[in-house]
Order: sequence, then C-alpha cells, then structure tokens
Amino acid sequence: MSIDFIYPEYEVVRNQSRCIACRVCERQCANEVHWYDEDAGVMMADESKCVNCHRCVAFCPTRALKIVKSDDTYKVNSNWTGDVISDVIRQAGTGGVLLSSMGTPKNYPVYFDKILLNASQVTNPPIDPLREPMETKVYLGKRPTEIRRDENGDLVNTMPPHLELSVPILFSAMSYGSISYNAHESLARAAQELGIYYNTGEGGLHEDFYKYGANTIVQVASGRFGVHKDYLEAGAAVEIKMGQGAKPGIGGHLPGAKIVGDVSRTRMIPEGSDAISPAPHHDIYSIEDLRQLVYSLKEATEYKKPVIVKIAAVHNVAAIASGIARSGADIIAIDGFRGGTGAAPSRIRDNVGIPIELALASVDERLRQEGIRDEVSIIVGGSIRSSADIVKAIALGADAVYIATSALVALGCHLCRSCNQGKCNWGIATQRPELVKRLNPEIGYKRLVNLVTAWGHEIKEIMGGMGINSIEALKGNRLMLRGIGLTEKELEVLGIKHAGE
Amino acid sequence: MKRIYVNEKWCLGCHLCEYYCAFANSGEKDMVKALKGVQINPRIQVEEKDGISFAVSCRHCEEPLCVKGCITGALHLVDGVIEIDKEKCVGCYTCILTCPYGCVMPSDEGVIQKCELCLNNAGGKPACVEHCPNKAIVFEER
Amino acid sequence: MLKEGQVRIPSGCAISGIFSRSGRRISGEAIVKSISVMHDRSNGLGGGFAGYGIYPEYKDLYAFHVFYDTIEARERCEKFLDRHFDVVNLSKIPTKKHPRIMDEPLIWRYFVAPLPTKLKDSQLEEREYVSRCVIRINTELEGAYVFSSGKNMGVFKAVGFPEDVGEFYRLDEYEGYCWTAHGRYPTNTPGWWGGAHPFAMLDYSIVHNGEISSYDANRRYIEMFGYKCTLLTDTEVITYIIDYLHRRKGLSMEETASVIAAPFWSTIEKKSPKEKERLTYLRSIFSSLLITGPFSILVGFEGGMMALNDRLKLRSMVIAEKGDMVYAASEECAIRVIEPDVDAIWAPKGGEPVIVTLEGGVK
Repeated sequence: MSIDFIYPEYEVVRNQSRCIACRVCERQCANEVHWYDEDAGVMMADESKCVNCHRCVAFCPTRALKIVKSDDTYKVNSNWTGDVISDVIRQAGTGGVLLSSMGTPKNYPVYFDKILLNASQVTNPPIDPLREPMETKVYLGKRPTEIRRDENGDLVNTMPPHLELSVPILFSAMSYGSISYNAHESLARAAQELGIYYNTGEGGLHEDFYKYGANTIVQVASGRFGVHKDYLEAGAAVEIKMGQGAKPGIGGHLPGAKIVGDVSRTRMIPEGSDAISPAPHHDIYSIEDLRQLVYSLKEATEYKKPVIVKIAAVHNVAAIASGIARSGADIIAIDGFRGGTGAAPSRIRDNVGIPIELALASVDERLRQEGIRDEVSIIVGGSIRSSADIVKAIALGADAVYIATSALVALGCHLCRSCNQGKCNWGIATQRPELVKRLNPEIGYKRLVNLVTAWGHEIKEIMGGMGINSIEALKGNRLMLRGIGLTEKELEVLGIKHAGE
Repeated sequence: MKRIYVNEKWCLGCHLCEYYCAFANSGEKDMVKALKGVQINPRIQVEEKDGISFAVSCRHCEEPLCVKGCITGALHLVDGVIEIDKEKCVGCYTCILTCPYGCVMPSDEGVIQKCELCLNNAGGKPACVEHCPNKAIVFEER
Repeated sequence: MLKEGQVRIPSGCAISGIFSRSGRRISGEAIVKSISVMHDRSNGLGGGFAGYGIYPEYKDLYAFHVFYDTIEARERCEKFLDRHFDVVNLSKIPTKKHPRIMDEPLIWRYFVAPLPTKLKDSQLEEREYVSRCVIRINTELEGAYVFSSGKNMGVFKAVGFPEDVGEFYRLDEYEGYCWTAHGRYPTNTPGWWGGAHPFAMLDYSIVHNGEISSYDANRRYIEMFGYKCTLLTDTEVITYIIDYLHRRKGLSMEETASVIAAPFWSTIEKKSPKEKERLTYLRSIFSSLLITGPFSILVGFEGGMMALNDRLKLRSMVIAEKGDMVYAASEECAIRVIEPDVDAIWAPKGGEPVIVTLEGGVK
C-alpha cells in the first residue's frame, strides 16, 4: 500500500457551519465519498474516492461543499511533473495500460482560441438578426455536377440524398452502452425538436428509438454491433466509423459489466460478454475496400440515404479525405484529437492525432485544390465548445459540426473524466438503473434544445455582425478570420491572415 | 385543480423535498439558520424500499376523510385545498388516524400539520416541486 | 501601397446603365452624362464603361482590350496572342489627353479568332479556350492585363472620375445598344487602371456597387473551376460566378439571379410545390455561390442586361423605361439627366432581377 499511495488529487471541503447534515451528498455519491458520523453528528468525507464530478456540490442545499485541488505536491519538477510521477507509480503497481475518459486535458494549443472574427463597419452594414431574416439551414451531402433539363427545358432535380439541418450542428456518435438509455432518449428527442440529427454510435438502436429515425444517424463501426437491415433503414443516414479523434488507430472495448439487458439485446451480443470493436474494420484494409463498404450500405438502403465516413484527424488527413471524397461517400466527418471518449488508453488520447482546426483547414483546401469539394460535405468534431467555435469552423470550411462533450455537459456532465468507471453520478455514462434514472429525459432534452437554440441565436448574431445573412456565405469564408499569436506556418496551414493584416 | 403528483420512476430518494419543505415552513430566510441542528419534521416524506422511492404528501382528496372526521372544523376545503385552521384545532389527532396515506402528522407546535401546497407560507408555490432535481414531483392539472 | 490583387479592397460606387430593346445604337455620350451626375459617389480613383454592339464591323471576332506596363510586356503578350489566335487587327485604342487622367499605361486593342488547330488540340469549347487564354495572360504575363475580351463589345476604364474617363476614351465616337458605367470609391487603392470597373470576361461585364460579405466563400468556391481571382475585388468574383453559372452551367439569367441572390428559405417555403423544388434545388446545389452583403450590379451580356440587388436591398438602384429604352442607375437623377420624361420608374425589390434583352437583334 505505502509504495502505491498517491495523495488524492482533489479534496472535499465542507463548511461545517453551513452543513445541515441532510445527507444528500451521501445519497448522491455513487463513489461513497460521504458518510454521516452518528456519534459526532457530522458529515464526513473520504476524498480518496472522489472523482470531482460535482454532483454533491451541485445538490448541497446550503452550499456547504466545494471541491478544491489538493496542494499536496511532490518535489516540484517541470519535467517530472506530479502527473507523470503518479502515472509511473500506478503502472508499477498494476502492470496495466492507463485508461482515461473524455478529451485530452493536456495543454495543447486550441487554435479556435487564437482565431478572431470580423465585423462590418462603414463600407458594408452589419445586419440585425432581430429585424432581418438570418438563415442557418444547411444541406449535407453531395452536390450534383451536371445540370440536366427535361424536354420542356425545366431543371431536373438531380439532388442526391442529403440531410437537412436547421442549424449546422449534429450530436456526435455516442453508443447506447457507453451512455445510458435516458441520455440517448434526451439526444433523440432534442434532435427531433431541433430539426437536426443525433448519432447512435456503435451500439445499435434501441427499439424504443426507431420512432426518431428521421433524426437519427446510424453508425456502422468495426465491431458491427447492432447492425441489421431494419437498423440501416431506420436512420436518415449511415455513418461508417473508421476512427475517433480521442483514440485514432484504436478500437473500442465496452466491458461485459455494461452489456446488460437492453444493451446486450440492442448490440446483438450475449449479456456479460465484452464488446470489443477491432482497431480496423477487418473488411477494410485500404481505400478501395472502403468504397465497397460505402456502396454495400448504399445498396442496402437503396441509394436513399447519404453515407458518412468518419475519420480521426491524423497527419495525412487531407490525402485520406481526398480518397474518401472519391469513394462514393456523401459526407466526411473529421474528429479532432481533443474529442471525447468513454474510455481510451491515456497515452493514445494524449499523444495521437492533430487538432481539428488544422485538419479541417487542410482537408477543405485540399479538396478545393482537387476540385472535389462538392463531392462531399464536411462535418467536424473534436471539442466544439461554443457557437464561436462553430462559426470559426464553418469559416474555415466545414459544412456543420458534431458536438458531444458539450451536449453531455448540457445533460449534467461535469467532465470528471471517469466514464470508464461506469459510476456516473449524473446518470449519463452508466448502466446502473439507480444512476440512469438520475437523468430524466424530460429535463435532459429540454436542456439540449436550450443549448442548441442559444448557440443558434449566437451564430446569427455573429453572422449579422459580419454582414452575412445566410450560413452558406460563411462556409469557407476565411477572410472573416484572423490569427492572433500564430506563426507563419500555422497561418499558412489555417489559410488565414494575422490580425492587423 | 393543480395537485402535487409524484413519479417514482424519477425519484432519486435524495430527500431534498423534505428539507425544502421543512425550510419553506420554518419561516426563516436562510436554510442553515432554519435547519442547522434541527431534526426536521417535513410535511412531505420519502418512502423507500428495495430501490424504489417516492415522496408522499397530502393528496388533497376530493372527498377527504380527514375533513370529514375533524371534530372542530379545523380542517376545511378552500378551493379544493385542504387547509388547517390552527385556532380551531384541538389536537385530537382524528385526522392522523383517518388519513389513508399518512399525510397528516403532529406538528412541533402541538397541533397537527399537513401539506397546504405552500399557499400559506412565504413560498407561495410548492417548494418540494420547485426543488426536486429530477422532476419526480410535479404540480399540475390532471 | 498594395494594389488590387495583392490586397482585398472594398469600395463604394455609382453605377448606371442604358439599354435599347430595339437594338438602336446610341452614342457613348449619354452614359457619360448620366454617370457624371453621380460625381460624389466616386472619388477619382476609378471609372469605366462597357459598350455592347460597338464593333459591328468585327462582330465575329473577340475584341481584346489590353493594358501594358511596358513595351516588353506588349511584345511578350503579342507573342502569346500570335501563338494562340489569328490576330485580324491590332491598334492602339484612340484616346485624348486629359488633364485629370495621368500615368496611363499602353492601351491596345486586338480583334482575334482562336487558331483552329490550337483550339482543336485543346479539346475545349471555343469560349472556354478564349477565357483560359485571358486568365493565363492576366496571371502569368507580368505587366500585361486583358481587361475586355468579348465579341462586339468593349470595356473602357481608367483611374479618374468616370466623366473624365469617358472623354479620355472618346466614347462619343462609339455607338452601342447597351452601355454600363461605373464610378468608383475605393477605400485604399493606390489607383491601378486594371482595378477600375467594369470587370469583364468574354462578353460578360459587371459594374457593381457594394461590398459583399460572402467574398471569400464565393472566391474559394469559384476557384475550383479554373478561375483565378487575381484582383481580389467583388466585381471580379461576381463576373466569374455569372460566367460559370450562365455560360458553363447553362443556367438562364433568371436562374443565375436565384442562385446569387437566392430567395430566403421562408420565401421559398411559400411557393408552389414545383417552384419550391426548383428554388430549393438551385439554392442548395450552388449554395457557395450565394452572395450576401450589399450589392447592386448591372450585368452586361450579349444581347442583354440584368440589374440585380442583394436580397435585403442594401444598395440603392432604380429602373426606368421610356419607349424601347431601359435605364438603371444608383440614383434617379442619373436617369432623369438623360431622360427627364420617363414612362415608368421604380426601385426593384431586393433579389428580384430586372432582365432586358434585345427584341430582334442589333440595328
């Protein structure tokens, strides 16, 4: 024990003068941090179990609780930081791969925060979205290359299958299993009300949610869990998941403990068996194989649904995207390395892949150079945190964005990054019934609707300031962007000028 | 008439309703001052067993046995809400015996207490509903 | 100071257009008079004109108007022209010294036809061949700039106030069925002749007043199709968009207008199912060619003229009719000065094109 001991990272601070010993904290903590000492008549806490999910803090009716970062420290060292030392101690004790959840917390540059937006002054007018129409509707899918006319000279509608979104936002893939039934219901209902889409992830589609099919993207990933004809037909689009930003090159593993009841049925695997998604699709070892899967899925869905190919942002993402654009896929989804996950090896999450801003900029530019930007729409994800991030992503060249972490935060997630433990106190990343019920979809879906509605308003405000009254005119409009504190090379990759230029 | 309803599907058993009820009826402005060191005696109580929990409070029955049985007329209906006239109550506890739901209980002030939908305290609307974190307690017309 | 092409230059402007539906050819004097009324809408840093039907004797040949910085540039360009075209006629464009028009480049005019063998080898449609040659000269031959390349039409432009530019080019000596004019109010140009307007590609010419907010979205999209936006001006990109949609995609001018100034979705929603499908189709497949921000443009093309405002009508533009004549201008005074007694005058709604075409050819 002693050699393995790591001082808790966070401390529970209880203001005893405010605590009324109502024991809400105790009842709400699935990690059993809090307990009531009958003899002393006071609440106690064992911070070694605390994951800092803030459930107790949020529920304490007298604001008697807070969580603070522990100031216990190893001897300060810029190279051998506390985290590094603790990880070595953990691995020396267990011999195991370190796992973690959600996006990387490491201090990598966030390019969105180094890009500034433009606004109109004098030579053209800003537009007030409260007075003038401000359009955010987006179509995702291929654009036909040829104009055809019938015998009367009228245009023939050759629009390939597409998705229509009221705002350029989709909920990103999160499987039923990795998140709860109630989280899925919240996402599905919100997508329906908002006129956007949510994504099943690789966990199949629960039978209760087929009714949301018109707002559902069904995913086909390397484990093919839950994939069958009705499933493919239920969705508005089919997404082939080749990779994920948080863990490029890595498959997935949902422990047998989470494969219970409906999760097992929906995934079509026995209860208690581990759901292991291989790192590659074993029928896709190259781009031509991908093309076959794209067309297999199109055949299966009678060419009525767009096919999305999702990849992680890696070093040669532009070339990969070019290949995908020529594979028959209708939409490319690119997931940046800051994207979240239910569980990933820490070293992969924190060291593999590239930021979405750079990946997006180079993919969009590459597809334009090759003249094939109309072959595909681009969705980007991997830490879209606000409406400003969305506006910047679209101005860099995206058609729409995937959001997942921000959606989870709207549902209660406080980014404690302990999803892999399955004891989510907010009822999101868990299958334990007593925890799942903590997320009432009636509340959850409204919060998602609120979030996306609020972002929609902000996007309109920002666009109006630029004098743009339709989101199409923002797409790829990089003149609306300026870098701040970026190097020549970074500006070149982003295809933007520096502020002041 | 709007009544308080509970849905055990969403009840987390957190007992916050009890504390907010006690606070709302304490007459205090600060929860700490109202409840610190106090054994609360709320008008709503969470029943729980075998992983099932739900809060119980006066249902404001259309034909209330408590009102029928009240020997002094202290319990009476005002627009469908069962209210107590503390001046008239003599503390005979007939109502406590007759309420099939156990929603009338002795008050710390000597007479009885029951949920009056926070109409007669500073809240004005049911505190248990307002503070239920999971919408397991709702106040609605059905 | 950076000139057009090195930096994006916004500008305010005045525009005016005259069109004879019967194909009657009118002297260039009228358009000069019209634009001169709006003197205050320009600042002396650019003015220009486009005339249609002005070269009847060479109507089957492409008329190239070229600015040269140096004699060497001219020699290089002429070599290029000789390699790709049959040059039927070449001359300096006649000008008249004007006290307020200075630093003029060498200004030459060529009437050309593509060399049949070269054209055949290129496997391109004739007009595509010509446009690619023009783009090549403008992007690759230092000091040479083709600013007009259509048939039976010509652009005349310079740094200066438009009325002075008109005198300089002796426009009273030309006659055309359609004239458009432009007075420029750029905010930061050193005054480069090539940067003045109209901007033209083949027989499409554009005069434009406004500053479009969709510029880079439009530019980056249109450049996928072989265009090079070398001037970084709105007018240039709008010209390419119209060339692309009208010439290369075969859309009508009405359809082109419902792409670049697409109706709002809420408006489309109210249309009949067939019309709704048509407008949705056009707007969604050419979504990157929607132009936002203020603009009023006059598009000259072979046998016609289109006047179009942005969807919100953020720039003024009035249209008037008198007999077979149609007038369009930023301000009503510019019409009244040449036709005080109009039959009808109105301000078209934002996004609603006014398209006029010849009724039976040029007279």
